[in-house]
Amino acid sequence: MNEINIKVAVERGLKKRQARERRFRLIGKSAIFTGLGILALLLTSIIWNGMGAFWQTRIALDVEFDSSVIDPEGNRSTEALYKANYTALVKASLRKAFPDVKKRRDKRKLYSLISNGAGYELRDLVLQNPALIGQTQRIWLLADDDVDTYGKHFRDKEDKTGTRLNAKQIAWLATFEKSESIQQNFNTTFFTAGDSREPELAGIRGAVMGSLYTLLVTLALSFPIGIAAAVYLEEVAPTNRWTDFIEVNINNLAAVPSIVFGLLGLAMFINFFGMPRSVPLVGGLVLTLMTLPTIIISSRAALKAVPPSIREAALGLGASRTQTIFHHVVPQAMPGMLTGTIIGMAQALGETAPLLMIGMVAFIVDIPGGPLDPSTVLPVQIFLWADSPERAFLERTSAAIMVLLVFLILMNLIAVKLRRKFEQRW
Amino acid sequence: MPLPTLILTLLLLSIFAFWIGRKRAISVVGGDARKLHSQPVYYGHVTAIWCGLPAMILLLLWISFESNIVTSLVINDLPVEIREGNQEQLGLILNDVRNRASGNIASDEHQAVTQAAVDHYRQLISISNGLLVVCVLSLAILGIGLARRAITAEQRARVIVERVVNFLLMSSASIAILTTIGVVLSILFEAIQFFRLVPIGDFIFGLEWSPQIAIREDQEGSSGAFGMIPLFAGTMLIALIAMMVSVPIGILSAIYLSEYASKNFRATAKPLLEILAGIPTVVYGFFAALVVAPFIRDSGYSIGLDVSSESALAAGLVMGIMIIPFISSLSDDVINAVPQSLRDGSYGLGSTKSETILRIIVPAALPGIVGGVLLAVSRAIGETMIVVMAAGLSANLTANPLDAVTTVTVQIVTLLLGDQEFDSPKTLAAFALGLALITVTLVLNVIALRIVRKYREQYD
Repeated sequence: MNEINIKVAVERGLKKRQARERRFRLIGKSAIFTGLGILALLLTSIIWNGMGAFWQTRIALDVEFDSSVIDPEGNRSTEALYKANYTALVKASLRKAFPDVKKRRDKRKLYSLISNGAGYELRDLVLQNPALIGQTQRIWLLADDDVDTYGKHFRDKEDKTGTRLNAKQIAWLATFEKSESIQQNFNTTFFTAGDSREPELAGIRGAVMGSLYTLLVTLALSFPIGIAAAVYLEEVAPTNRWTDFIEVNINNLAAVPSIVFGLLGLAMFINFFGMPRSVPLVGGLVLTLMTLPTIIISSRAALKAVPPSIREAALGLGASRTQTIFHHVVPQAMPGMLTGTIIGMAQALGETAPLLMIGMVAFIVDIPGGPLDPSTVLPVQIFLWADSPERAFLERTSAAIMVLLVFLILMNLIAVKLRRKFEQRW
Repeated sequence: MPLPTLILTLLLLSIFAFWIGRKRAISVVGGDARKLHSQPVYYGHVTAIWCGLPAMILLLLWISFESNIVTSLVINDLPVEIREGNQEQLGLILNDVRNRASGNIASDEHQAVTQAAVDHYRQLISISNGLLVVCVLSLAILGIGLARRAITAEQRARVIVERVVNFLLMSSASIAILTTIGVVLSILFEAIQFFRLVPIGDFIFGLEWSPQIAIREDQEGSSGAFGMIPLFAGTMLIALIAMMVSVPIGILSAIYLSEYASKNFRATAKPLLEILAGIPTVVYGFFAALVVAPFIRDSGYSIGLDVSSESALAAGLVMGIMIIPFISSLSDDVINAVPQSLRDGSYGLGSTKSETILRIIVPAALPGIVGGVLLAVSRAIGETMIVVMAAGLSANLTANPLDAVTTVTVQIVTLLLGDQEFDSPKTLAAFALGLALITVTLVLNVIALRIVRKYREQYD
């Protein structure tokens, strides 16, 4: 009697409970797909916005390399060729292409179709080949970023609100199009130039080199120090208060917000030691302090994974403790330590906030040639460009993010490969 | 001799010293290495250490003190009226001198005064460089000679080398302590300077934050207002929104991955979710400003709400996304640490999987999960780039997530971007904020770690 009652009660509730089970499962699954969906949204929005930056508009003009402009004295000296007013050549050829533009304001609008950097391109051409002087040649010149943006986003649309070109400029561009003298090429400037106020002339080379020098300094300092510290704590250190104190410190440092390391760098390295601002050396020092806990903690885990039998065997054969550590334990743990270091470097590569504090946000056009040249780094460049209102800069920001992500993915892939290849099961 | 060349020379000398030491050790015992206390390489190492280490230490000390000494010598050489005049002016002149000595173009204002100083500076630097090379190299060679002479068959070379190695290992580990001391001292020092200018009570309990300093002395409100309450309120608001996004998603994904998911699904979904943790924060900031904030503003307008374009909601949402993998991997660890016997017991009593999870596993893992959430909160509070790019600058004391608020980290960055003078309360305020920030995050971390550790002891 009682048994039957229980059975009935259980069966009555069973359907509800199973429905609840299914619902819970669904909620769990949807949580994961929300996370993955956001990841996909983030990546696609960046790729969507950034792909355009890899193409750049150029306009073909018949440029007359007028010797009276380039080299009025006729001596072909490099200095004279270097200093000549090449922008005037660009303007002259624009006037020739549209002879009916007479008003001053219209002329200015016409000139603004071509980038300010076109003059430098002509200069480089002439310096390379002075025989050009006096000739007229059809040359593909860099278009202004407004033209570029127009071609990418507004040309095929009915609604042209938002473009920074006026009706006349659009008509001129249509003329260029008819004569097939406007086209989009692969954007090499983006990879070879430093920063610029003009989006079409801006590139990430300077920031990439700055990141490279900063990471080199970080690696050179944090790899040996981190591994030595891990070896000491895991293998050598006696268990006493001092060791405990060091351990607590490392764990706390791992949790300190990165911006605090920037404050430290500013107060100590720059204000107290008088080191220069904006240089990769100081950036590398700050990032070293920031990544050391990561490297120490993962290196310790790698050392811990080496079984005690290895140590005992070495000690039993008469090796000293130091010999045991450096001939047997550390080589076995090296893949794990390298993995930790690469992950630490990836973290350092993506870090922005502490570098803002030590002045690596300056507007720097030159490409740094060493760790003592003022420079910026890739994430900071992204931060700087993200602030600019031009649509072309928005494109370049996304493209720079893509480059940064490619570097990060590569580093992580190397770390994973390394771990897979050398992972040992004891 | 430029510095890299000097260091390279020193390295080559050390290699040479190694070779000399080893050769000497073998010749001391007449070629029979068994008679030595240690293997011959150790004698080489000892000689190399004697050659390289003292010289390297001298080099480092020299470099760190050179510029200070040279500067003070140059100052002593300047005319009295400049030396004892305006300190700022003196700094500018010194900068000029340095620039011109290294061949850069500087302002011509003090041409006459500084020419002598520039020459003096150049002369001192060249003397110092020459002296450095001579001292370092002779110290290295002296070290080789002494070490070579000390080599005997009984010398315990291996012990010496191991002692030096152990010392080097320990000093590397101590850098962590030096860093902590450096962080605390540098921030504390500047913060104390700040509290001299602004009373500490005003800072902690003040309800208004407007660090703008007036240009004219008599301008109203020239001292600015430095109350940190609105900043912390803004930080907490954004952190709260972030937690509301990341805690449910993170914990539910962890539960699904560890209890329901097939091995294959887990092997693909988990690393994919962890990509979210590897994306630099500046990318999240850009995403927040470019996609999320406009989307929230537009959808707010369409239902008639007035949403700020730098709303706390946008920054908080994106920060929550960033923290999802952090919470999910920490929760995953603690859920996996719950012993299988608890699950088996629950299934044996006839409960469904979800009942086991909700009534047995989650309560058992709760302390660990709470610890993980606290760590995530501390990370949200210290997060900088997302809020710098997506949150506002105006310090509103509000609980409305659609308004713009500002955070502690945003203010630190804003105060320190550009040129800093270390005597204005505006710059120093950033350090006081930094002090408050590390205090809060450290306390949260200590509590979180303690909870996590206490929990672990239960099942081990």
